Amino acid sequence: MSDINTPTSQPTSSKHKKPANNHSNNNQLNTDSACFQLKGSMLMLTIMELYHYSHGHFNEQMAVLTKQAPNFFKQTPIIICLEKLAASAEIDFIELTQVCQDYGLFPIAIRGGSEEQQLNALIAGLPKLPAQKQKPPKDESHKNASEQNQTDISEAKETAEAGGDNANQPEKDAIIDTSRPCKIIDRAVRSGQQIYAADADLIIMGPVSQGAEVIADGHIHIYAAARGRIMAGAKGNMSARVFCQSLEPELLSIAGHYKISEDIQGQHWGKAAHARLVDRQLKIEKL
Amino acid sequence: MAKILVVTSGKGGVGKTTSSAAIGTGLALRGNKTVIIDFDVGLRNLDLVMNCERRVVYDFVNVINEEATLNQALIKDKRTEGLYILPASQTRDKDALTAEGVQRVLNELSESFDYIVCDSPAGIERGALMAMYFADEAIVVTNPEVSSVRDSDRILGILQSKTLRVESGLEPVKEHLLLTRYSPNRVQKGEMLSVEDVQDILSLPLLGVIPESKAVLKASNQGVPVILDTESEAGQAYADAVDRFLGKDVPFRFMQPEKKGFFKRMFGGKE
Repeated sequence: MSDINTPTSQPTSSKHKKPANNHSNNNQLNTDSACFQLKGSMLMLTIMELYHYSHGHFNEQMAVLTKQAPNFFKQTPIIICLEKLAASAEIDFIELTQVCQDYGLFPIAIRGGSEEQQLNALIAGLPKLPAQKQKPPKDESHKNASEQNQTDISEAKETAEAGGDNANQPEKDAIIDTSRPCKIIDRAVRSGQQIYAADADLIIMGPVSQGAEVIADGHIHIYAAARGRIMAGAKGNMSARVFCQSLEPELLSIAGHYKISEDIQGQHWGKAAHARLVDRQLKIEKL
Repeated sequence: MAKILVVTSGKGGVGKTTSSAAIGTGLALRGNKTVIIDFDVGLRNLDLVMNCERRVVYDFVNVINEEATLNQALIKDKRTEGLYILPASQTRDKDALTAEGVQRVLNELSESFDYIVCDSPAGIERGALMAMYFADEAIVVTNPEVSSVRDSDRILGILQSKTLRVESGLEPVKEHLLLTRYSPNRVQKGEMLSVEDVQDILSLPLLGVIPESKAVLKASNQGVPVILDTESEAGQAYADAVDRFLGKDVPFRFMQPEKKGFFKRMFGGKE
């Protein structure tokens, strides 16, 4: 699966993301015409591991749990894990979902279980997620627990194609980077060169020379002297900031609010500094 | 396979041709078969500095246009064993330099030479671009003054983006800084950028610092590469630079202001 955001702003090949067409070279290409775009994401989800099920017992335990941690049970999406459940166990998923929802838990999918259980779940509107790899058996605390079901928090993968035929995907595909892409330049930016980090932060590890231009829609970090034209928040992000080890720019701009070299001469010139917008005024402070 | 070396700067008059002649001669003196190519088509100079202007029959453009063979156009230097010059055409312009033609000539030279020194014209137009496009290493010649430093910075940017090595995904061109016309006394007075100032701006490994010297002008006018003037500071500084280029660890000289002795103070030194 290719729903991994790379650290650079290079678009990844992303057939899965845009089933509507086969363009894979540019994510931006169809944002105007397309109605939506599917994206992969890594989410923390609660898993309810079901050992056995009967309506009364389940309801009882839910009531106890809700008392213990009332804040936890507020529109919390959960995944119901059937891996520890007997394959023959028949479960009314519609009923189970209803009980859960009464307490503020919202089952969104199941994991594991027999084919019949999976079919029943699908009828109740719960798609299956790929089964987890078998972990080595832990100590017996699980079995000793008197609770019938136990919620434990683990990372679960929510892919765009949940319910699709991806049960055989190896688990390592679950590493999905949700952080914003960031463009890193690990050399000097020379006079006449222009670097633009579209929809991203920009990190530059060499000096930015006079006559060079570095632009980012997000923040700009320069781990050397900033002598060129530095423009953060190019699409109007007022919270963008500029950080540099030596502030000597020709022009410093955040979301269109700028200062030229002349305005910056003074206590921060040539020093490590950081710039941001305060009440639409470009403010430079010691770093 | 020859190593292709471009001597470039962006700005004119900083000493590219002088440096090309000196470094090419230095490489040949150390036993490397070397050819210096003048890329300054239309403003041919290298032949004068190498004192071979009276022996030019065919030139670089003739070879590119297949009007002459390389052997016909190459001029063997009379002073230095293993040194050849490929002069530029004086009657044509830079458009005569086609990428295919230049590449073909360089490939052919590559077969028999150890080093190919490309003497780039000033500017960032076709001639300069062609001189650097096929380079493996670049010597950026810079004078210690702001406009030269900025132009060098621009050239370094182009070296990072418009060379065959970059376009074919190879390691980028290895860059060296050669600071010429350096006057420690004027640096001390604050009239000239210091080595540190220039390095701070360009952040480039220093290959050599050539002191401002009357020997350079004299050598150019006489058609002798200044590196052959082993008495002069400039000649010695070029020799050090060539040694450093070939991987030797040589300490930098001629970077401190000379202490004026009694006689110098009485009768005045050069300013």
